[in-house]
Amino acid sequence: MIKFLLKGLIRDKTRSLFPFLTVTLGVMLTVFLYSYTQGALTQMVDYSAKFATGHVKITTRGYAAEESQKPLDLALVGVSSLIEKLNREYPNMIWCPRIVFGGLLDVPDEKGETRIQSPVAGTAVDLLSKPVEIEILNIKKGLVRGKLPTSSDEILISEQFARRLKVNPGDKVTLITNDAWGGLAIKNFRIAGTLNFGVDALDRQTIFADLKGVQNALALDDAAGEILGFFKDFVYRDIEAKMIAEEFNKKYGKPGDELSPFMRALSQQPGMEEYISYIKDWVGIFIAIFIFAMSIVLWNSGLLGGLRRYSEIGVRLALGEDKGHIYRTLLGESLIIGIFGTVAGTLLGLGVSYYVQVHGINMSQLFKNATIMLPNVIRARITPGSFYVGFIPGLIAPLIGTALSGIGVYKRETSSLIREFAE
Amino acid sequence: MSVIKTENLTKIYRMGHTKIYALDHVNLSFEKGEFAGLVGPSGSGKTTFLNMVGILDKPTEGRVIVMGKETSSLNQKEAALFRRKYIGFIFQTFNLFPHYTAFENVEFPLLLLDLSTEERKERVMEALEMVNLAHRANSKPSELSGGERQRVAIARAIVKRPEIILADEPTANLDAKNSYNVLDIMADINEKLKATFIFATHDEKVIKYLRRKITLNDGKVVKDEVMK
Repeated sequence: MIKFLLKGLIRDKTRSLFPFLTVTLGVMLTVFLYSYTQGALTQMVDYSAKFATGHVKITTRGYAAEESQKPLDLALVGVSSLIEKLNREYPNMIWCPRIVFGGLLDVPDEKGETRIQSPVAGTAVDLLSKPVEIEILNIKKGLVRGKLPTSSDEILISEQFARRLKVNPGDKVTLITNDAWGGLAIKNFRIAGTLNFGVDALDRQTIFADLKGVQNALALDDAAGEILGFFKDFVYRDIEAKMIAEEFNKKYGKPGDELSPFMRALSQQPGMEEYISYIKDWVGIFIAIFIFAMSIVLWNSGLLGGLRRYSEIGVRLALGEDKGHIYRTLLGESLIIGIFGTVAGTLLGLGVSYYVQVHGINMSQLFKNATIMLPNVIRARITPGSFYVGFIPGLIAPLIGTALSGIGVYKRETSSLIREFAE
Repeated sequence: MSVIKTENLTKIYRMGHTKIYALDHVNLSFEKGEFAGLVGPSGSGKTTFLNMVGILDKPTEGRVIVMGKETSSLNQKEAALFRRKYIGFIFQTFNLFPHYTAFENVEFPLLLLDLSTEERKERVMEALEMVNLAHRANSKPSELSGGERQRVAIARAIVKRPEIILADEPTANLDAKNSYNVLDIMADINEKLKATFIFATHDEKVIKYLRRKITLNDGKVVKDEVMK
């Protein structure tokens, strides 16, 4: 009997091929969308971590309280010895001191007079002695023109900003800002190269300078505004990060002393918990709606498939097959189609996701005016969930549809099923 | 002993507050090997009677006794088993499974009886030979003419050697030549297998073949006559 039913299933394309294709397509879309949103979520967190928050961040308590102002008078001092201790105590972390500063960038003409000035957002990182920073910030890949800085008097400038200021690698620029004590600080730099960060918020008016050069310019000897810590595998783990922060603060924190070091996990930094939770909620809702919609479609296809076969069911009943057996065979067929369709859809979805994981989709036009750290190219990310998320719409939904339509077999009089066949 | 016996068989359909008597206290009995027909206008209760005898529907009142068993007391599973063993159906629209060959269509009732592959093959080919379609065993319904399709349906009805064959307007979709061909075959099978045939029909060609004609009108038996 099983062989007989399988023959019918294979020969009747409306029972096999079309439902199979519907399930495959639905599952493929579900898997891809899931992986893509997972990728977007991870990248958003990842970019924020790399450029602003780290997986954990150490500042002084005072700096943390007024972080939006980037108060350099509340910078951490004795950074070298602190990092030495951190390296000993947390060998699975990478520690990167940074100074975030603002000011004016003055571009002189050939006579040395101001040709153009513009507000600038600067970040000082250890470009010369800590190659890991170049990797974290993806600077080599983002270099558009020129070269990496080889001395602390050289800076990198965003390509978009450079074009706006009409400056090129080799040109001199002057940074005008305040030092850590509130005095005027003026420092001449040479542009070593231009960068494309791939994040519109950074591409607008950012420079990257070597930490030493900025420390000298801003009177911040052996000091830094913040020390970012990263897990060595660069995967953010919220619980672990919070535990590290708690342990550090117990050991080094002095409540009430605004110059004592204070560590916060990524999610504990201003706006980040809400940001992550918002994105997670949004992604969760989006995926849930999509899976629900896809389930309705596939549920319907199961339902219609069952309804369409009332006639055949009527004849099978007349020939002596019992209702329970028919019901079970309908569910069995739905299960077979569901399994094959879900496996095929999952494989295809993973294939498309992998392609987008490697190549990404450029969303720069969409993020043009974004002020948060959003990468221009959003990539999918295949997670363990990508392997099973398609089973909800692909397997369960058509099975429920078939189960519901099959109930009609029980509800209707056998004779009316045959009449429906004749009609 | 009668193969089929009905006692005050009544089927009422309700449409709002109106009661429609599809069958109204019908008392009939059929002996083994009869070749009988229910005739009458549309809505006279012919098909409803076949549905009751075939245990496809339950009576509102009265009893149906088939092969000595009162069928209204059977549950769904028992009714299916009963049909599987004792009753064959032939429909007006053939009702073949379109994606299976003639052989497979005829084989289906035997699959439900759990016969061995060899026995199934032997019986299917025998049934197809009885309807002169052994050479079309591997053809699908779409490759067969209307007459051939109905002959496959007859082979499917007789393959399990049922005691009773219920045929609802079996010639309604056939031309005259095919109708006579199909009727000759059914008369021949009735002769050979001694199965009881009950037709629901208003086709004069079928009526000519009947040995007993029961006329129904408004759900009542108005005439029950033996034909020459």
